[in-house]
Parts: sequence; C-alpha cells; structure tokens
Amino acid sequence: MQQESAAVVPRLKEPGEGLALALTATLKRDLVLMLRRRGEVLNPLVFFALVITLFPIGISPDPELLALIAPGLLWVAALLAALLSLDSLFRSDFDDGSLEQLLLAPQPLAALTLAKVAVHWLLTGLPLALMAPVLGIMLALPAGSYLVLAVSLALGSATLSLIGAIGAALTVGLSRGGVLLSLLVLPLYIPVLIFGAGAVQAAIAGDSVSAHLAILGALLAAALMLAPWAIAASLRISING
Amino acid sequence: MWAFINKLRSPKWFYAISARLQPWFWALAAILIVTGTVWGLAFAPADYQQGNSFRIIYVHVPAAFLAQSIFVSMAVAGFVFMVWKIKVADMAATVMAPLGAAMTFVSLFSGAVWGVPTWGTWWMWDARLTSMLILLFLYLGVIALRGAFSSRDSGSRAASVLAMVGVINIPIIKYSVEWWYTLHQPATFTVTGRAAMPTEMWVPLLIMVLGFYSFFIALTLMRTRNEILRRESNKRWVRELAQET
Amino acid sequence: MMAFNSIAEFIAMGGHAPYVWSSWGVTLFCIVALAWHARFERRQLMNSLKRRERRERAREQQNAVPTSFQSVVERGQHDT
Repeated sequence: MQQESAAVVPRLKEPGEGLALALTATLKRDLVLMLRRRGEVLNPLVFFALVITLFPIGISPDPELLALIAPGLLWVAALLAALLSLDSLFRSDFDDGSLEQLLLAPQPLAALTLAKVAVHWLLTGLPLALMAPVLGIMLALPAGSYLVLAVSLALGSATLSLIGAIGAALTVGLSRGGVLLSLLVLPLYIPVLIFGAGAVQAAIAGDSVSAHLAILGALLAAALMLAPWAIAASLRISING
Repeated sequence: MWAFINKLRSPKWFYAISARLQPWFWALAAILIVTGTVWGLAFAPADYQQGNSFRIIYVHVPAAFLAQSIFVSMAVAGFVFMVWKIKVADMAATVMAPLGAAMTFVSLFSGAVWGVPTWGTWWMWDARLTSMLILLFLYLGVIALRGAFSSRDSGSRAASVLAMVGVINIPIIKYSVEWWYTLHQPATFTVTGRAAMPTEMWVPLLIMVLGFYSFFIALTLMRTRNEILRRESNKRWVRELAQET
Repeated sequence: MMAFNSIAEFIAMGGHAPYVWSSWGVTLFCIVALAWHARFERRQLMNSLKRRERRERAREQQNAVPTSFQSVVERGQHDT
C-alpha cells in the first residue's frame, strides 16, 4: 500500500477558484525570491543614503538651510530610490518566462499583480520609510516631524509602487526600458510628492497633518482600485508584443 | 449611430469623408485666427495693470486650452482603439500627440515670457505653469513610449494605456499643484481676483480659442489622412488613388 | 476703436514689444510650421506612392506572361 504524500493538495472545483491560494503562493514566491537577492533589496536604501549625503555637499552644510529643505529632499530622494527599484519588479520574471506563466493563470491577473506590488512595497517602500528618520537627523530635520515623515513615506511609497508598477509593466519588454520608465512615471508621482512633503512641512510648522495624510490615503485607495487593471493590461501588451 | 461608428472602422471611408470636411475647418481656422489676431493685437484695449503685455493672453489661453483638450482627445481615441479595435482611432491618437506637445510648449513659452513684465522673472513656479510643464512631460512620455516598441500595434496599445492613465492623473495633478502653490505662494505675489473681463477683451479671446480648435481639427484630419496613406499603402484603394493622380 | 494711435506705437506695444511679439511669433510660427509640414508630408507620401506604382507597373510589363510554349522555345533559341 502506498503512503499518501504528507502534503495536502486542496481540491479545487473550477479553474478560476483558488484565488486566495494563488495570492499567497505569489506572495510567498516573490518574498523568497527577493530576499534571496539581498543586494537588490539593499540597493535602494544605500542609494537613498547616498543621495541625501550629496545634497549638503552640493549645497551647504548649514543646518538651518538644510532644515528648511529637508522634508522635500528626503521625499525626493526616497521617491528616486523607489523608482530605481521598479525596473526589477517584473524584469527577472519576464526574462525567465515566469511572467508569461502568470498571464496564463486562471486567476485574475490584476489580483496577482497586486500581490507582486505588495511584496515590492514591503521590501522597498517600507524600509525606505523606516530609514528616512535616520537620514532626517543628518539633515537637521526639526523635531516633531519624524513620525510624520515615516508615516507619510510608508503611505506614499505604496502609491508610488502601484503607479510605478504600471510604468514597469509597460516597459518590461523594451531593451532600454529603464530611462523611459522614469520619464513615464515621474510626472505621475508629483501629487504624492506634494502631499507627502507637505505633510512633513505641516508637522514642522505645527499645523495639523491629518488633511495631508487623508489625501495620501485617498490617493492610495484610488491607486489600489485602478492601478491593478492598468498593470495587468500593460503586462499583456508587453508579453504579447 | 452604430452604423456611423462601424463605418469609422474603415480607413478608406474616413479618408473620403475627411477630404470633404477638411477645407471647411481650414477656412474656419484661418478666418477665426486672423480675425482674433487683428482684434486682439490692434483693437482690444490694453489692460490697465499689465499694459500691452496683456495681449499675450490671446495666444497663451487658447494654447493652454488646446494642450489639455488634445490630451483628453488622445486618451479617448486610445480608449476607443483598445475597446473597439478601430484603427483610425489609433491613427488619430498618433498624430494628435505632437500637436498637443507643441501647444503645451507654446503655452509654457508665452506664459513664461508674460511673466517677465508682470512678475519681473523669466520663470515662475506658479500653479498653471507648473501644471503645463508636467503636462509636457506626460506628452513626451506618450510619444516616447509609442516609438519604443518594435511592433506598431504594441506601441499603440501601450501608448493608449499610458494616455488613459495620464488623463486620470491630470485633474489630480492640477489640484495638487494648485494646492501646493497656494500654500507656498510668496508674499509679494498675491493673486488679485481677476475683475470680469470687459466684452472687448474676451470676445477676441473666444474667437482665438475657437480658431485654435478649428485648427486642431483641420490639422488632425489632414495628418490622420497622411497616416492612413502610410499604414494602408498596400491596400488596393490606395494603389488606385496613386494611379489616378 | 483702435488701441494704438500709430503704427510705430503698435509695434512698440508700450514697451512690451519683445514679449508680445516673441509670444505671438512663436505661436504663429508653430501653427504655420505644423500646417506646412502636414501638407509637405502628404505630398511626400503621394509622390512615393506614385513612384512605387510606376515601378511596379513597369516591372509587370517586363515580366509579361508568354502566350504559348512555342514562343517560349523561340525566345530561348534567340537568346543563345
């Protein structure tokens, strides 16, 4: 008598079922893959720190001046670091053909891409948000704004990941997609930048930040609703190209 | 109405009908723009605050309107192409983009130049100019993306997706930039509420706006026809066209 | 009526001449250039299409299909 294998294979009734299963599978796979490439995860963080280092060198070490421009600098540098990491969102999967397999899955592509973007945010946006206060110290960021800095970056970088994924999906099939990706995505990033940096500046001025954070939340909600469809459509265009 | 839309699927039909519509729009554009130019430059009164530099409004505002409308038209054409697979829609979207970018540039240039006598500076990060600058980048992105694909159909679909994403973002960008500007407005430049423009000032403006829109339609019709010739050059009706003339 | 009292005043635009004329100049230049380019493009396309038609018609005439086996044989004999 043969032993049944220890693994439990869930019985699915139709091909379209098993969305939760597919989502968790995608999440786990992407997490494991990205964590294996630790360099890729650390690169944006190092880039963030480097760019912040460049500005006092390029402008002036005067703490008063730096304190004035710190919110914007931190936000712009974090935004650029997030942009840098976007190219690898789909590229390795595109290169080895697993992206095509994803397209063939019976589960809705929009949901699966959401899982991929979530992993990207978890390993890029969130670390950037957590690292930002440390760099804020280096830029003489005034007290009382550090928490808002981290929260606004955490919230905003999720939106940036979603919007950026659209650009990444559109350019993944192109040979020199990297620069084009920046051109496509940066104009769309500007509203997030405005309200994110605005939140930090409001915190410094002692004003209420709830409005800014609420708008950042609204932008995230809109992106969560609309971006996955655009990402899915873009992936189909890039693969079927 | 559906019969009309179905006819649109045929580039040949569009080519024929646009040939008849085109001269009217060119004539309209010429008449309106010349009238508006003469009126705006020579007959409209000068602004009591800004003097004669105020006349720049007669090119700046129409160009700005057109820049935004063309992006919306481009996105709509892209949507029609993606949903109903109407090739002519994509051809129209392809030819609209450079005109839109040119109008955005004109709006930026005239807006910046206008700033010199008004604000004493060559560039001003005010809400409108900043939004126009971002719009220019969006246009350049669509044009670049379309050209980056080796397959024309892929490029068309990618550009359509980007145009639709962009058009959703335009109001968001405008709102956030305006909010950002009012927050950071330098104390010296308080925006005085514009007093209602007297008739002699806004009628030429309306004429110029209509003239620019006619120009947009006329130029798009002509360039779409060129695009049809280019893409359908192997079809029999195009060959016959080349033979008879 | 007229906002200016003389042509000289009109051109001077009350001291704002460089701004007004450069803005209008750039705008009208763009409009005219775009219109001219569209027409030029059309002429180019039609010319290249006509040239292609002429080429292909000439080629068709050259490769005229023979009407009988005899004429093919005769043609072959002439060539040697």
